[in-house]
Amino acid sequence: VKRWILWVPFAVFSLIGIVAAWNLVRPADRLIPSQLVGKPLPAFSLPEAMPGRPTIQRADYGTGQPRMLNVFASWCVPCIAEAPQLMELARRGIPIDAVAIRDRPEDVARFLDQWGDPYRNIALDADAGLQLSIGSSGVPETYIVDGRGTIRYQHIGAINATDMPRIVEEFEKAKG
Amino acid sequence: MIAEAGLAALWLAAALSLLQMVLGWAAVRPGNEALLRFVRPVAVAQGALAAVSFLVLIWLFLRTDLSVKLVVANSHSDKPFLYKFAGAWGNHEGSMLLWVTVLAVAGGLVALLERRLRRDTLVGTLAAQATIALGFYAFLLFASNPFERVSPAPLDGQGLNPLLQDPGLAFHPPTLYFGYVGISVAFSFAVGALITRDVGRDFARAMRPWILGAWIFLTLGITAGSYWAYYELGWGGWWFWDPVENASLMPWLAATALLHSVTVLATRDALRAWTVMLAVVAFSMSMIGTFLVRSGILTSVHAFAVDPKRGSFILILLALYIGGALALFAARVGTVKEGSTFRIVSREGALVLNNLLLTIILCLVMLGTLYPLVTEAMGSKISVGPPWFNPVTAPFALVLVTFMGAGPLLKWRKDDAGALLRRVALPLLLSAATALAIVIFAPGTRILPLLGLSLAPAVALMSLMPLLNRNLRRTPLIIWGMVAAHLGIAVSLAGMASESAFTKEVLIAARPGESAEVGPFTIRFDAVEPTAGQNWTAIQGRLTAQRGDGAEIPMLPEARMFSDPPTPTSEAAIETRWDGQLYAVIGEPDGQGRWQLRLWWKPWVTLIWFGGALVALGGLLSLVGRVLRDRRVRREAPEPYADEAVAADPRGRPGREALA
Repeated sequence: VKRWILWVPFAVFSLIGIVAAWNLVRPADRLIPSQLVGKPLPAFSLPEAMPGRPTIQRADYGTGQPRMLNVFASWCVPCIAEAPQLMELARRGIPIDAVAIRDRPEDVARFLDQWGDPYRNIALDADAGLQLSIGSSGVPETYIVDGRGTIRYQHIGAINATDMPRIVEEFEKAKG
Repeated sequence: MIAEAGLAALWLAAALSLLQMVLGWAAVRPGNEALLRFVRPVAVAQGALAAVSFLVLIWLFLRTDLSVKLVVANSHSDKPFLYKFAGAWGNHEGSMLLWVTVLAVAGGLVALLERRLRRDTLVGTLAAQATIALGFYAFLLFASNPFERVSPAPLDGQGLNPLLQDPGLAFHPPTLYFGYVGISVAFSFAVGALITRDVGRDFARAMRPWILGAWIFLTLGITAGSYWAYYELGWGGWWFWDPVENASLMPWLAATALLHSVTVLATRDALRAWTVMLAVVAFSMSMIGTFLVRSGILTSVHAFAVDPKRGSFILILLALYIGGALALFAARVGTVKEGSTFRIVSREGALVLNNLLLTIILCLVMLGTLYPLVTEAMGSKISVGPPWFNPVTAPFALVLVTFMGAGPLLKWRKDDAGALLRRVALPLLLSAATALAIVIFAPGTRILPLLGLSLAPAVALMSLMPLLNRNLRRTPLIIWGMVAAHLGIAVSLAGMASESAFTKEVLIAARPGESAEVGPFTIRFDAVEPTAGQNWTAIQGRLTAQRGDGAEIPMLPEARMFSDPPTPTSEAAIETRWDGQLYAVIGEPDGQGRWQLRLWWKPWVTLIWFGGALVALGGLLSLVGRVLRDRRVRREAPEPYADEAVAADPRGRPGREALA
């Protein structure tokens, strides 16, 4: 038996130890980033979320101007927390569309009455089909889609005041 | 005061383990032989004190002593007695105390019972055992004190995780721990033997009962855990390749390999270095298993609290013990001469192949379990599940099982391939006939279940063949044990393959009064009723199953809500027939009077766990056979532990020839 072979088990277990240590030291990150960032927004067809309000269409994206797509729900508490930030973004002229996940028209209307309505178009995603197809694992999430219809950025969770500069910067980059 | 007494016993045990370690390592140095005889009593006392400490913890849980933090967090005065008892180890601190208690008691038993090993090797073993124990005592005392008080005492406790409130699970963790920690004895024997360069047949014989014992517990623990996941989680599966399941499978694979290689070493004095390495690896796998569960670095249905501080503590201990032992192995084992040689077609050859295949499967399982950690370190998240594990491990497992059947039909040292072929001709024919029958009567069966189903009867037959031409009343228990264990694997394989090939599943939304067909059964959904237990309320579905015109079988699946802490669980209704199980789960209402029902008919699924139990029984028979044989040999031979007896041994200090 060659001597170095005897050290193979030691080396294998050392590697395991290093990987384990790295995973311990690094702060736990349980967010699941979408695999679709950098890829074109998939096709979809969804009904309107409330009467008299246009739904979103795949054709709205890729017209030369970037847009934001907010995944929310009237039953989602963090969505209330991010409402003022979305209002502020809308005030700065950023077009924001929304998908309401597993929701009902009357609930969506009440939510927008109570917490403000920053949205252009709103679609109803009753069975979370679009949410799954764009790789979103929860509500709220916000996507920035550039002028060619490519998903450029994904924000997971509510947009806090501290996230604002980053969001605006990413939106400016998407104009690019 | 009771809690303080338990803590005091724990501190004393820790102090004794320090003493045992220092004395032990000093005693194995040349010139210090006088110290040898002090180590045994210390090891026994240390084991006794650890046991006292654990008994005190159980006592605190039985009294629901709410001035103790651990009791408050994991118990409740309304809880049934059994779960107050099991609550003692159904949490992080308690289970770590159980872990170190088993370790210390095992060390104490080695000190009391082992009479065959050279005394310095035995002392080295006890020193290694104390070194491991000391680290885990420190972990308990500094990072996970189970006896910590809380002031002021609250009015009642917070309860135990309802998933754990199950009679099977109350005893599942201790069973696995006996297995995990029992392997520590093999590890310590290996370290002791490396220190004194005493790897030989006596070393193998001394180690074997401990490996067998631990292996029996591991087998039982894995079998019971699989059945628990099957009926308690309500997912209808029996193995999920969950990291925690893998954490128990990996030590079992290593221990199974070790069990077979140690037999080669004991019988033929071959595979010395390999056996020592397996002993170290088997316990390393156990410690890694504990670490994975305790640190929370892998996400799993079994995960307890995530605590990086504790995780780092255990990781450092692991690095020291595993790294130290493997470095010692690499540095020392070169000086252990390889033992006897043998031909490839021989019993030894088959056992080497067994070891090779078990090791490959072990590496694959380890790769699949740790790969998500590696990719996460590189920034992308994946999870590895059954679609990867099943096809990758199954081919090796099937080859392994085939050779498992053929191996015992080979002679030691050298045999003839043609003779072996003649011996297994009948089983091979049986296998081919089964395969043909399945292809004709159940076309479309996928390849892996097909192979499993057609191999199982052949392997069962081969497993029984060592009993041919023997006087069954004079056949040693050891042979019966091997036959039972191998037969158990074949039985289990048949169950797995049948479950995978023939399971019928139906998922419906039904109103009371509607019916569904599953396999040969008609199931009627009669009603939904509320029901309650001591600490839970539930929605109970009333189903009636009927096979053809047979008797009506009532089935009552429940969706339970436990009160402390509030947690929903699903209680499947399982009806066992002689040829399989009917499995029903009730889910959510859809708000329009319909309920989700999930129904399975699983032909022969029970064979999986019968097989597992048979494997464990085989282990038990072997263990009893070995112990009886040892006692007989000892009665015939003089007691070797009168110090001079070793020198007077006519064999001239066995193992000495192992020195380079």
